[in-house]
Amino acid sequence: MDHMNVANPYFGVFVLFVLTFGAFFATTVIARLASRAMAAKDTEKLKLTVYECGPEVTKQPNRISPQFYLFALLFLLFDVEIVFMFPWAIDFKLLGWFGFVEMMLFILLLAVGFIYAWKKGALEWHNIK
Amino acid sequence: MDMAFIIETVVKIVVILLVFSALAGFGTYFERKVLAFMQRRLGPMHVGPYGLLQIAADGIKLFTKEDIIPQNVVKPIFQIAPVITAATAFMAAAAIPFMPSFTIGDYTVHPIVADINIGILYILGVMGAGLYGPLLGGLASANKWSLISTARAAAIFISYEVITGLSILAPLMMVGSLSLIDFNTYQAGGIGNWIVWSQPVAFILFVIAGFAETGRTPFHLVANDHEIIDGFGTEYSGMRWGLFFIGEYANMFFISFVTAILFLGGYGDGSLLGALGLLLKVSFLFFFFLWTRAAWPDVRPDQLMWLCWKVLMPIAVINIVITGIVMMV
Repeated sequence: MDHMNVANPYFGVFVLFVLTFGAFFATTVIARLASRAMAAKDTEKLKLTVYECGPEVTKQPNRISPQFYLFALLFLLFDVEIVFMFPWAIDFKLLGWFGFVEMMLFILLLAVGFIYAWKKGALEWHNIK
Repeated sequence: MDMAFIIETVVKIVVILLVFSALAGFGTYFERKVLAFMQRRLGPMHVGPYGLLQIAADGIKLFTKEDIIPQNVVKPIFQIAPVITAATAFMAAAAIPFMPSFTIGDYTVHPIVADINIGILYILGVMGAGLYGPLLGGLASANKWSLISTARAAAIFISYEVITGLSILAPLMMVGSLSLIDFNTYQAGGIGNWIVWSQPVAFILFVIAGFAETGRTPFHLVANDHEIIDGFGTEYSGMRWGLFFIGEYANMFFISFVTAILFLGGYGDGSLLGALGLLLKVSFLFFFFLWTRAAWPDVRPDQLMWLCWKVLMPIAVINIVITGIVMMV
């Protein structure tokens, strides 16, 4: 299959965006109306609390273990580097030896940071030294 | 823009929405049947012949269930989160060529919604945005199980996005384009030209990352039933919960399509046989998702992170370096 030759290739993405969000939002609205019309209603107090093993619950503070933030930092480091590597990979044959050596140096720097993070224990689960 | 292009685009999108919504529904049926046969059970048998109408019964149930919004939840975010999951899953379909182009009368139809030149990047981006469904749903639920699941979902998604990106880089160097159509053209010569033979490591890494990104069984920690109930879906019921499911199954189908086109030759030379071949490959990859669920236990979260950062990432980088050396010399 050859490429489509159109002036606005992103038009389809936009229409898909609008239609999917519209369709699925409409689905929830329809489900809401259907359940209002048909489902039995029961406003017993413990039923409307969030799921627990019985006791009346208090509002949970949204606190997450700092370990997860560490992984978010690692992700920022490595994924940004991958963004740099995408254009290089596409023009790999065009750039030749110059691009290759340049990228190897870049990966070397990346590896140094990676080894540092490893030795520092950032990749361990709940074992930050 | 001419009218024909606009109509063609809208028709294609409506077809994709209908077909893959139905497939996502049937995906649950296939999953129950496959798991049942692997465990020497029959699975759903009572609604319709061989339980085929089970999906209709499930749909009626989901639509008519009481609409429960628990106390303490943040209402607007709680309501929009499932929509985000389902919609972002379907948006990945825009850059996937589902079939070779065909003609109706003298009008050539390209079965791809948007023929953009950064196809893979777009798909990765949209699938990354799919994280906002579990993230917002879990945070808005005000439930500790949902919160743990949300944190895990975020960690798994972003960690394995690194693996997906790195594993795709090596094939990208060979093909030199981000468009899935160019990937297909590169492999059009037959089985010997499939990228999986020259990049087996990248293929395995991509499949593993695909399991993690869809949250399927060896990495089913986001909604791990025996420790965190249903994860971010604990507080959901009815069709909102159903949308999370539609999103998950649609994601599985689209990941299968992307894997088949990237590594397994896609639809080949564009003949009818090639189109059937693509459907077979996608069916097998979807079956592989279910097979793994029947055959493997779940890993622990720390094992998952260990696997991602200490095993898969170094392998992916070494794969890129070796590919570069082989291509240069």
